[in-house]
Amino acid sequence: MKLNVNGSERDLEVDDHESLLTALRERLGLPGSKNACEQGECGSCSVLLDGALVCSCLVLAGAVAGRDVRTVEALSDDEGLHPVQRAFAETGAVQCGFCTPGLVVATYALLTENPEPSDREVREALSGNICRCTGYGRILEAVQRASAAMYRR
Amino acid sequence: MSTSAPRVRVRGVVGESVERPDAVPKVKGEFEYASDLRRDGMLFGATLRSPHAHARIAGIETSAAKRMSGVRAVITSGELPTRERFGLMKLDQPVLATERVRYVGEPVAIVAADSAEEARLAVRAITVRYEPLAAITDPVAALQQGAEQLHRSGNVIDEVIVVHGDPDTRADVVVEGEYEVAMQDQAALGPEAGLAIPRRDGGVDLHVATQWLHEDLRQIAPCLGLPESKVRLVLAGVGGAFGAREDVTLQIHTCLLALATRRPVRMTYGREESFYGHVHRHPAKLFYAHGATKRGELVFVRATIVLDGGAYASSSPAVIANAACFGAGPYRVPNARIHAVGAYTNNPPAGAMRGFGAVQSCFAYEGQMDALAAKLGIDPVELRERNALRNGDPIITSQPVEGSAPVAEIVRRCADAPLPPRGPETDPIALPGGAGNLTHGEGVRRGVGFAVGMKNVCYSHGFDDFATARVRLMRDERGPLARVHTAAAEVGQGLVTVCVQIVRTELGVERVELDPPDTTIGSAGSSSASRQTWMTGGAVLAACREVKAVLLSRARATGRPPDDLAALLDEPIDKTVSHRHRDTEPRDAATQNAGHVAFLFAAHRAVADVDIETGLIKVVQIATAQDVGKAINPLAVVGQIEGGIAQGLGLAVMEEVILKDGHVRNASFTDYLLPTTLDMPPVVTLLIEHPHPDAPYGAKGVGEPPTISSTPAIVAAIRAATGRTLHRVPVRPDDIVFDEPYRSGWRITPGDDPRRAVRA
Repeated sequence: MKLNVNGSERDLEVDDHESLLTALRERLGLPGSKNACEQGECGSCSVLLDGALVCSCLVLAGAVAGRDVRTVEALSDDEGLHPVQRAFAETGAVQCGFCTPGLVVATYALLTENPEPSDREVREALSGNICRCTGYGRILEAVQRASAAMYRR
Repeated sequence: MSTSAPRVRVRGVVGESVERPDAVPKVKGEFEYASDLRRDGMLFGATLRSPHAHARIAGIETSAAKRMSGVRAVITSGELPTRERFGLMKLDQPVLATERVRYVGEPVAIVAADSAEEARLAVRAITVRYEPLAAITDPVAALQQGAEQLHRSGNVIDEVIVVHGDPDTRADVVVEGEYEVAMQDQAALGPEAGLAIPRRDGGVDLHVATQWLHEDLRQIAPCLGLPESKVRLVLAGVGGAFGAREDVTLQIHTCLLALATRRPVRMTYGREESFYGHVHRHPAKLFYAHGATKRGELVFVRATIVLDGGAYASSSPAVIANAACFGAGPYRVPNARIHAVGAYTNNPPAGAMRGFGAVQSCFAYEGQMDALAAKLGIDPVELRERNALRNGDPIITSQPVEGSAPVAEIVRRCADAPLPPRGPETDPIALPGGAGNLTHGEGVRRGVGFAVGMKNVCYSHGFDDFATARVRLMRDERGPLARVHTAAAEVGQGLVTVCVQIVRTELGVERVELDPPDTTIGSAGSSSASRQTWMTGGAVLAACREVKAVLLSRARATGRPPDDLAALLDEPIDKTVSHRHRDTEPRDAATQNAGHVAFLFAAHRAVADVDIETGLIKVVQIATAQDVGKAINPLAVVGQIEGGIAQGLGLAVMEEVILKDGHVRNASFTDYLLPTTLDMPPVVTLLIEHPHPDAPYGAKGVGEPPTISSTPAIVAAIRAATGRTLHRVPVRPDDIVFDEPYRSGWRITPGDDPRRAVRA
């Protein structure tokens, strides 16, 4: 099957039962999306599928034929970090970092739809992303800082 | 040092909030965790685990598995190179179960295959004939006469008795209570993972996510039948630890498969396997009596503490010692008897988790302090202030608290923190039950609760605790550069940033690079016990000062100023230093000695809304004051405090590894509930900085105290809102709605030997 990953067309052979997460990590050389719970509870594997935020561990790889997948690896470019990534790095929102790629993608998705979310909106939007290290305080601050950097300068 | 202080102003020194050196690769998804490791020709490992809590192994049949496609090795206990056992404090754990299995999840066989799928299928094709035995799953029952002995040494893993003053003295007012702490999972997001690569010389290199490379090496090498010189460990990216990576999990298995196949082998646990594969926080049953004068001065504390160590010892002896030594809390207690015992059972093994024994007793003694306050008619904060340890006061082990002991100060500062706005909530998302939309606020009551806790930093009771650091100062085409090499495990806590900040501060060099931690340098000790800033930070500081001494002598010899690094570094300067903290005394029969290096203190105040109709809870705010000595990186300290509180909140109202007959009933993140953004309230953090004279820059450890007293503070808030007793954590909705007081099922006079318990 063919699919578009991070802007390039890729050919891929997958097993029937294989998740998109496994295909990304093991076949496409994109280990940025993480494997933490394998059942859609923790959000560490968050990616954008045709622009919509999904847990890639819950999506069958075979179901994404012809579709567009964007992972954390696509957010930064030669110009540097995306403002969401910069904000996470600067505010102390990163400790062990295992949840970070998923949270960065989820925050990017939130701020694309809702440029200036309230604290409550951020909490709802990110409630599917578990972080075991930070207690979320710095993450919530990172989202506000990213929002300011993206829309209010 | 002022005459030798560098005059060049560098950024990112001690005391500044500095960005982590690994932040950029982590936000880009480029940081390589252990589960991301790959090598050409790599095989995948998998583990067959016991489905029985206790059984005799009558036979294992592997021939079908060995014939399957892609299978390269199948190893059972009969094919191990040695009969060596492993374990952190007792070598009591077999690499693969031999004659019997002692817990559900105990490894029985391992497989290496071309793909993870083939390895999993081969594991399923192994047949084991088990003869099930009766399982002991209650630790008090395990201690009774006539209980079946799970190990040749008996069912007592260790026993610590603290006798202080006259423990049998009388008091005007006495409160008694029994308490229980359930099993908590560290739930680090990064799964256990490692990659073993066989070497030409017959040895093996293991890249692994761990908390202590050298301790792993000490346990691994004998089990492989290799000298330590033929095994090298390299730290792979660690996705959180919290104690779960102190023990050996897949390290030996991965190496065995690599040595057997002469191919690189990677093992990664899935989430369910992770629940079975690593140790958890000890479940505890605690029986307490507190006595006080009518004016509210503590007279005695008597307690019996039974910790469920599960099937193997792990770090239980040290956990038991902590539960006992800090069993009276940060108070002046003239008389005490604490009898703490850890029992072997057929539950999954318990070991280290953030707070390490201090969590369990804090939940009980803080519940007791509130009960005492109620009985005396004294405000709970006032009672704590009145009894707070001061500098120089002895704890119940007779060891005086030296350096800093601002207990009354943190209690008062925390109590005075601004409260959240009162007003009735209207948005369901902010009410108990959240998006479930279960209330409009009609049955919701608000409560405020308070707790304070204490713990040791670094290793105690005579352990030879040291850390090694190598610092090289050199010059390359971009200018001066310092390189730091240690074996210390960065597990997320931010030690890498601390090391960089110390070097910048001491040497005035902004460019600091860290070598990958491995076992080619001396041990750094474990990333646990809140100790790495003190220990590895101390080693880096000491190495920097030796480097600086050379720099100064070169400056004197050449007549150059000491900060003219460009001129003084024609030859690099290279110093390796091992740093030890002050000696501690080994335990004695009554545990009356200076067994600890120093003490950490934190206070927490919780505000919680409770729906008394559904039993659901929304924690509204946590305020905390913590004595950190000195905040080397204030932003990182706040991150440790907020993260630690989240784990304390989890234990208070959400997190329990539910056990039934030794089986874990909720081995997934669907069923084991972790705090999310909707559970975690805003935290008001007050950093108290009284530098400790022995610590680098005065910085005490910060990682554990947030997890110790946050739990009892939240439960106190729920009690205040509901009037319920709530002597067990996590608090469940039924505990609030039905108000069945917790009963251990045992009668024990607090302070007595739990072997004299009687069924209630």
